[in-house]
Amino acid sequence: MISVTGLNKHFGKLHVLKDINATIERGEKLVVIGPSGSGKSTFLRCLNLLEVPSSGEVVIDGGRITAKGVDVNKVRQKMGMVFQQFNLFPHLKVIENITLAPIKIKNMSEGEAARIAEALLEKVDLIDKRDAYPAQLSGGQKQRIAIARALAMTPEIMLFDEPTSALDPEMVGEVLQVMEDLAGEGMTMVVVTHEMGFAREVGSRLFFMDQGQLIEEGTPKDIFAAPKHERTQSFLKKVLRA
Amino acid sequence: MAFLDRFLEMVYVNAIAYGRWQMFMDGLVITLQITAGAAILGVIIGLALTFFKMSGILPLELFAKLYISVIRGTPVVLQLLIINATIFATARGMGVWVGIVAFGINSGAYVCEIVRAGIQSIDKGQTEAGRSLGLSSRQTMSFIVLPQAVKNILPALANESIILIKETSIVGFVAVADITRVSQQISSRTFNVMPMFVAAVFYLVLVSILTFFLSKLEKKLRESDVR
Repeated sequence: MISVTGLNKHFGKLHVLKDINATIERGEKLVVIGPSGSGKSTFLRCLNLLEVPSSGEVVIDGGRITAKGVDVNKVRQKMGMVFQQFNLFPHLKVIENITLAPIKIKNMSEGEAARIAEALLEKVDLIDKRDAYPAQLSGGQKQRIAIARALAMTPEIMLFDEPTSALDPEMVGEVLQVMEDLAGEGMTMVVVTHEMGFAREVGSRLFFMDQGQLIEEGTPKDIFAAPKHERTQSFLKKVLRA
Repeated sequence: MAFLDRFLEMVYVNAIAYGRWQMFMDGLVITLQITAGAAILGVIIGLALTFFKMSGILPLELFAKLYISVIRGTPVVLQLLIINATIFATARGMGVWVGIVAFGINSGAYVCEIVRAGIQSIDKGQTEAGRSLGLSSRQTMSFIVLPQAVKNILPALANESIILIKETSIVGFVAVADITRVSQQISSRTFNVMPMFVAAVFYLVLVSILTFFLSKLEKKLRESDVR
């Protein structure tokens, strides 16, 4: 479904992604782990072109999205993204946060968009916050709304950029639960995270990245049980001890 | 009581008698006309400059940059005198228009900075969230960034209009009888400082009215921030 070849990204002199090659199949739950600054978020952001790759190709469903003249907006409509900092629209009510894109992009009527949004709010268990403003929500609630907002465009792929890293510990669970439900429904997911438990239980495949390189990939079970690369070993040793 | 009587008489002579009340009113009208006209022109110029600056078209960007640095780098009195002596060199009785154009051109540079700062104050994550949903950059700007930026821009704009009201008091330099100029004229007749105090009270009242509406506006704009 997604294939990445020879992906490089430079920020000025900084070489943050070094020749990444990867394929992601439909329905896969790919989890990307690695120390901070390893390029995992940049990798994720290259998939929907929030970062433009310096070189290399990203192909989604046979379409080369890195080619010139591609309608980036069309590409992004198929891919939902969830951010570490939620990035809800603070001037809009919860329901309007979710209906904005379907109304403006898909020309959906307000009623129809609201109906879909309400169904999604039921799903993330926040229907009672329908008319609240983001400032009135907790971090965990904000992130669940952000997931609902992304789902309203009925994406085929969901990208998660450290979705629980900005949350208080007691709110991590509710967000992971929503993501787990989503995984159970067969959504294709790419998740950058520090939640090793989630990686192990929900991930169907695991990438370990360090210093801009894709060091090791495999099933979470294999990598957690027997990491091959020494950098993976030392990273896992540090994070799993905690 | 003698003091109070003397004071009231002074007010009467300096602000009311001999049609001086009417002179003050005429001056007030001129001050308000110049302020309102310059505010409108300033917003138009300011928005145009902002658009130029963010257009990504180099000549337009450079023009906006040059405009702002020249206007902000020179005294507004000089700008007024220059405009009076160039654009309006042959026009007679166009004093109000000289003021509107001069202060409008001046205010435009500041409005541009206000609008730009307002837009830039919106977190980059907002734009990214909009774009990640598939909204175009224009849609993201008009539905997500601008509505939030307005919250920062409107109070600053109202503030700019307060500055503008007071700034117009130098329009007397080109012989326009605004309220400051009127007070000076009366003062030179009565050999008394009282008319200037009267003018000061007029400005104070005008600014207070604007400030009152400004704080109401800010409260209204903060509604979605309530926790």
